[in-house]
Amino acid sequence: MLITCPYCGPRDVSEFTYQGDGNRQRPAPASQNLDAWNEYVYERLNPAGDHNEVWQHSGGCRSHLRVVRNTLTHEISSVAFARGHVAHRSPAKRGTKT
Amino acid sequence: MAERLSPLEPVLRQGSYGQFENGVGIILSETAPGSIVQLAAWPGQEKAIIAAIKKATGLALPDGAGGGVASSTKAAFGFAPAKFMVVDEAEGVAEALAKAVAPEGGTVTDLSHGRTAIRISGPKAEWVLAKFFAIDFSLVAFPVGAGRSTMHHDIFAQIQRSAADQYDVYVFRSFARSFWHTLRRGCEEVGYEVR
Repeated sequence: MLITCPYCGPRDVSEFTYQGDGNRQRPAPASQNLDAWNEYVYERLNPAGDHNEVWQHSGGCRSHLRVVRNTLTHEISSVAFARGHVAHRSPAKRGTKT
Repeated sequence: MAERLSPLEPVLRQGSYGQFENGVGIILSETAPGSIVQLAAWPGQEKAIIAAIKKATGLALPDGAGGGVASSTKAAFGFAPAKFMVVDEAEGVAEALAKAVAPEGGTVTDLSHGRTAIRISGPKAEWVLAKFFAIDFSLVAFPVGAGRSTMHHDIFAQIQRSAADQYDVYVFRSFARSFWHTLRRGCEEVGYEVR
């Protein structure tokens, strides 16, 4: 599997570290909304298809990346720097299902 | 300044090794630059840092991912977004850069004692590096002056192509001796010289 880092170009997956589900939305630190915290910590979509993920190019430029990976085919359909990324979808409509 | 000791000192032995009777394909050496400095720009301050590098060292960094320049005595390249490496034969470049970089522009980190610089040159240099690092070493993909961040298993490496058949590899000094042994083993298939 190759991930095309926006800075370094195509690199082997062994240079990258998976940093988790990219759909999660962290509640404000002072939030006491337990449902929101529960969703942030435990709830995952586990889609069979395109999945928003966070990866780090830990063996290269060390940038954090927003990656859309197909969980069935491992096809990477988009890679972007996580910095500056703001477009979180609402928790109810997270992820993309095939 | 504290006296610098190379981690390669106990193992670096000059001479010809491998199948050198068929010609020397690779030349290995330690360049031991006096200054190895990393600069990081705050978001949006990349141009200010590039200008500061030019002011302090005279090196004009091209814009763009991994862009760099190399001369016989100094070099600079980008190795990550908004991060740059500056290398100079002379000591004290970190101080000059710290004066040139405003606090609101970014940070300067002196790594002169933290990195070991290994120069790999010769017609088989590209071939041997391709054994270690899963990146494209062709001149089209990796032009002269450019820098790349990659790794060989757990050994992080920053690589600059300082000439068409010459690469400078910067590794953490704690990994340098181990990497040197691995590198020599990788070179054994062809003739190589340690200088």
